[in-house]
Amino acid sequence: MSAGAGLAYDQAPSLGLPLAYFLTAPAFLFLAALAGLATLPDWLDSRWSPAALALTHLLTLGFLGMVMVGALLQMLPVLLGRPVPAVRGVARAGWLGLGLGTPLLGLGLGRGEPVLLLAAMIVLLAGLAPILIGAAWVLARARGQSWVAWPMRQAWLALLITLGLGGLLAGGLAGRWAVGDPASLTDLHAAWGLGGWVLILVIGVAYQVVPMLQLTPAYPTWLSRWLTWWLLAGLAAYSLAQVQDDDAFAPAAMAGVVMVALAALAFALATLRVQQRRRRKLADVTLDFWRLGMASLIFCALALPLLERLPEPARISIGIVFLLGFVASVAKGMLYKIVPFLAWFHLQAQTGARAGTIPNMKEMITDRFARRNFRMHLAAVLLLAPAPFLAAPLAVPGLLCLAAAALLLGRNLFSARRLFLAHGGRL
Amino acid sequence: MSTISQYLTEDHEHCDALFAEAENAVARGDWTTAASGFRRFEDDTLRHFEREEEILFPTFESRTGMTGGPTFVMRQEHGQMREVLAAMSGALERHDSGAYLGQSETLLMLMRQHNLKEEQILYPMCDRALADQADALVDRMEKPRP
Repeated sequence: MSAGAGLAYDQAPSLGLPLAYFLTAPAFLFLAALAGLATLPDWLDSRWSPAALALTHLLTLGFLGMVMVGALLQMLPVLLGRPVPAVRGVARAGWLGLGLGTPLLGLGLGRGEPVLLLAAMIVLLAGLAPILIGAAWVLARARGQSWVAWPMRQAWLALLITLGLGGLLAGGLAGRWAVGDPASLTDLHAAWGLGGWVLILVIGVAYQVVPMLQLTPAYPTWLSRWLTWWLLAGLAAYSLAQVQDDDAFAPAAMAGVVMVALAALAFALATLRVQQRRRRKLADVTLDFWRLGMASLIFCALALPLLERLPEPARISIGIVFLLGFVASVAKGMLYKIVPFLAWFHLQAQTGARAGTIPNMKEMITDRFARRNFRMHLAAVLLLAPAPFLAAPLAVPGLLCLAAAALLLGRNLFSARRLFLAHGGRL
Repeated sequence: MSTISQYLTEDHEHCDALFAEAENAVARGDWTTAASGFRRFEDDTLRHFEREEEILFPTFESRTGMTGGPTFVMRQEHGQMREVLAAMSGALERHDSGAYLGQSETLLMLMRQHNLKEEQILYPMCDRALADQADALVDRMEKPRP
C-alpha cells in the first residue's frame, strides 16, 4: 500500500461501529454493581474470591475493554494513518466476543463452573483474535510516528500476554490441563493486565488526548519516549523473578514492582502538571474525571510496593481505587469527549447541515448531566474504597451509587445517539 | 523536524493560543476582549487554511498526483471548521455564551484531531515529497496576502 493511502475519507469507521462498543460499556458497569450487591460479602473477604474475580473481569473486560477497543478502532486511523483492515467484520467479532464472553467468564469464575469457563475462553479468544491481528497489521506498518506507535505496540504485547495467561488459568480452572503454580500465574496475569495493557494503553492514549482536549503543553519528550519502556522493563523483571520460584529472586521481583510504581507515579504527576498549565481555563467534566483518575493512580502507585505486606482488606481497597478511581474515571472522561464529537462529526458530514442548525457537542450531552454522572461516580469511589474494612451492608450505598452512575452514563451516551438520529444521521 | 512541518505546526500552535484566549474571555463574560480575540483567531485560522489550500496542497498534488487522498479529506474538514467558525461568530454577535462555548468545544475537537492528522501524517509526507522546494514554499506561505 502506498504512503498516500493515509487519511482516505473511508478510513474513519462509520459511527455505528465504535458507538456499539461505547453504548454497551455502561451496561457492564451496571452489571458489576448488581453482581457486587448479589455476592456481598464474598468479594470483601479476599481478592481471589470467585466473586472478586468475576467483578474484576466485568470491569476490565466488560467496561474498560468495550471503551478501549471502541476507541482504538476510531483512533488508530487518526494516529497512524491506516484503518484496521476489514474493520466492519473485526469490530463486530470483537463486540460479540467481549459482549458474550465477559458475562460467561463472570458466571464461570463466580460459580467455578468448568463448562462456562471453557465457553468464555473460546468466545473471548475467538472475538479478540481478529482485533489483535488487525491491530498488529496496523502497528507493524506504522512509520515515522514511532513515539505514537510504540506505547500502542507495547500495550498490544501486554494484552497478548494477559490473554495467554488468562486462557491458561481458565483452562486450568476448567480442568482441561494442569497449571503448575496457579497463584503465581494469577499474579502475573493481573500484573500484565493492569500494569501492562491498561496502564500502558492509558499512557499512550494520554500523550495524544490530554494536550488535545485541554490545550495543554505536550508531555516532556524524554518522558513520552522512555516511560513505557521503563514500565515494560519493570514488568519483565518482576515476571522473570516471579517464575523462578526461589526466594533469592524476591529482591528482583520487588525491584520490578518499584519500577512499575515509579512509572505510574511519574505519569500521574506529569499529567497533573501539564493539565495545570493548560491554556483552556473552562470548567470541564473530562478534566475532573482525569484528575480523579490521576489522584487514584498516585494512591495506588504509593501503595503498590507495600502490597504484599498489607492486610487483605487494604489490597481489595487498592484494587477498587485502581479499577474505579483510576481506570473507570479515565475511560468515562474520554467517553464524554469522544461520543458527542463523533455524533456531531458524522452528522455534519452526512447531512452537510450548517453548524448552527444541528446540536453542538454540548447539546449532544449537556454539561449538567455529565456533571451529575461525575458526582455520582465520585461518591461511588469514595464509598467503596473503605468498604473492605467495614461491615458488608455498608458497601450497599457505594454499589447503589455505582449502579446509578452507570445508568447516568448510559443515559447520556444514548442522548447523543438519539439526537444524531433525530437530526437525520444514519448509523 | 524539517521546514514545512515546523512552519505549519507552529502556525497551529499560534492559532490554538488565540482560540483559548477568545474562549476564556467568553467564559468570563468579557465580550469586548472576546470579540477582538475571536477576530484575530478567525483571521489567522482562515489564513492558515489558505496557506494550505492555495499553496501547499496544490504543490503536493501536482508533485505526487494524489488529488483524491489526504488533501481532499483535509479540505473537507476545513469546510467543516469554516461552518463552526461562522456559528461561533453569530453566537458572539448575540452575546450568547452558551452557544459560543458549545460551538467552540466542537471546533476544538475538530481542529485538534485535524491538526494531529496533518502533523503526524500529511506534513511528513509533504516534507518527503517536496524536500527540494521546502524553503521556497515556506516563503510563499509566509508572504502577506495581497
